[in-house]
Amino acid sequence: MAEPKKTQLNALHRELGGKMVEFGGYDMPVQFPTGVLKEHLHTRAACGLFDVSHMGQGALMGDGVAGALEELVPGAIQELKPGQTRYTLLLNDKGGIRDDLMATRPLGDDAFRTLFLVVNAGTKDADFAHITAHLGGRYEINRFEDRALLALQGPQAAAVFARHCPEAATMKFMTAAKLKVMGLDCYVWRSGYTGEDGYEISVPGDAAEDFARKLLAEPEVLPIGLGARDSLRLEAGLCLYGHDLDETTTPVEAALTWAIGKRRKMEKNFPGADIIMNQLFDGATRKRVGILPLEKAPAREGTQIRSEAGETIGIITSGGFGPTVNAPIAMGYVPPAFAEDGTPLQLVIRGQARPARVAPMPFASHRYYRG
Amino acid sequence: MTVYFTDQHEWVSVDGDIATVGITTHAAEQLGDVVFVELPAIGKVVAARKEAAVVESVKAASDVYTPVSGEVVEANDAVAGEPAKVNEDPEGAGWFFKVKLSNHEDLANLMDKAAYDAFVASNG
Repeated sequence: MAEPKKTQLNALHRELGGKMVEFGGYDMPVQFPTGVLKEHLHTRAACGLFDVSHMGQGALMGDGVAGALEELVPGAIQELKPGQTRYTLLLNDKGGIRDDLMATRPLGDDAFRTLFLVVNAGTKDADFAHITAHLGGRYEINRFEDRALLALQGPQAAAVFARHCPEAATMKFMTAAKLKVMGLDCYVWRSGYTGEDGYEISVPGDAAEDFARKLLAEPEVLPIGLGARDSLRLEAGLCLYGHDLDETTTPVEAALTWAIGKRRKMEKNFPGADIIMNQLFDGATRKRVGILPLEKAPAREGTQIRSEAGETIGIITSGGFGPTVNAPIAMGYVPPAFAEDGTPLQLVIRGQARPARVAPMPFASHRYYRG
Repeated sequence: MTVYFTDQHEWVSVDGDIATVGITTHAAEQLGDVVFVELPAIGKVVAARKEAAVVESVKAASDVYTPVSGEVVEANDAVAGEPAKVNEDPEGAGWFFKVKLSNHEDLANLMDKAAYDAFVASNG
């Protein structure tokens, strides 16, 4: 296997005592000396800084760019207003999810010629190859590999960030703006993947370490590793690509039908539309649900799900301990007949069937800033 | 009382026929915050170097192997109820279970403190 790549903050992570692991082809901190549990709780109580520079940033440009991206995703991209961001899905011809991503129409893009894209680390090369294969001849595709991406998350993120960028204070959830932060040309989103208020900030790579140091110097801010990023997103009920979503899973099965635009459902012109529309009308054979183990043992990814009658009906795709919930939490796939909230289930942990039930997500309430 | 260590990062403290088993300070540091401990049932007969308990951090589950064979005579309900005790005092109040030794020979293959510290140092 190739040597893992490094983000612009790699030396800083090591200096801060980060415990480094390979993730998505990158050498990343899974935790800092604070530890996963306290990093998680600190992000919910105050503010955490995450390095997400391993994710793929890029832009798609040309006349009619929104309609072009819609050839590959089910989201209503043409409806994006300037400065608005949308969560969407790259689909294969069978309606399976190639990746989940954020698409942004920049402020000031009145002619609608540009979309910024942020995709997952492990899939980014395949994603941009896929986009290029379909749209490359007609559209300009740029990857911003010289830019870092940082996420500042938590209830105190707005107060902290306002000290460096007062204009960001009034931004609403899922909007974006090009702003000067610490004298740098940054792209700022009011978004994140923790369920908390906060920002994601695209920073010139050569200035990223200094930028991160200045945010970490704020008394509310601690560096947070991928371990807490994972437990935070699980509590927020958000999917991790490659675990909760993959090429064999459709948006209907993944309970992401809200990411299929209303107009798109009428037009039925996205990849795998036949399969997905059939599932929308007739139901899919499985559905992603939240699951609460009723005993203390966490149910990890791969744990078998059984009905109360003992029949094997599904599998856990993400599971662990939720520090804010202070209990084990999980998500997994079950047939629709077992997907109602409160449905009793069994989870086979170390050979022993243990009680669980289907539970609504998020497990920890979202606290986004909607103005 | 003599304390022995394993290459799987358990410690065992022997008092007559009774062996108390836990995970080492190094293991607790590597695991991070412990959020769940599953202990063997009293009366269960365990075999040396086999899984006898489970310890889980936010991120992952790990097996705890018993260094010695015998019958489980006590389990530390305090760590089951409050798993953070494992991090607070792994080689003391954070013990996992006690075994009535069936074979004292099991102890012959274990490391003393100096050997274990050298083992940890050599394995990073």
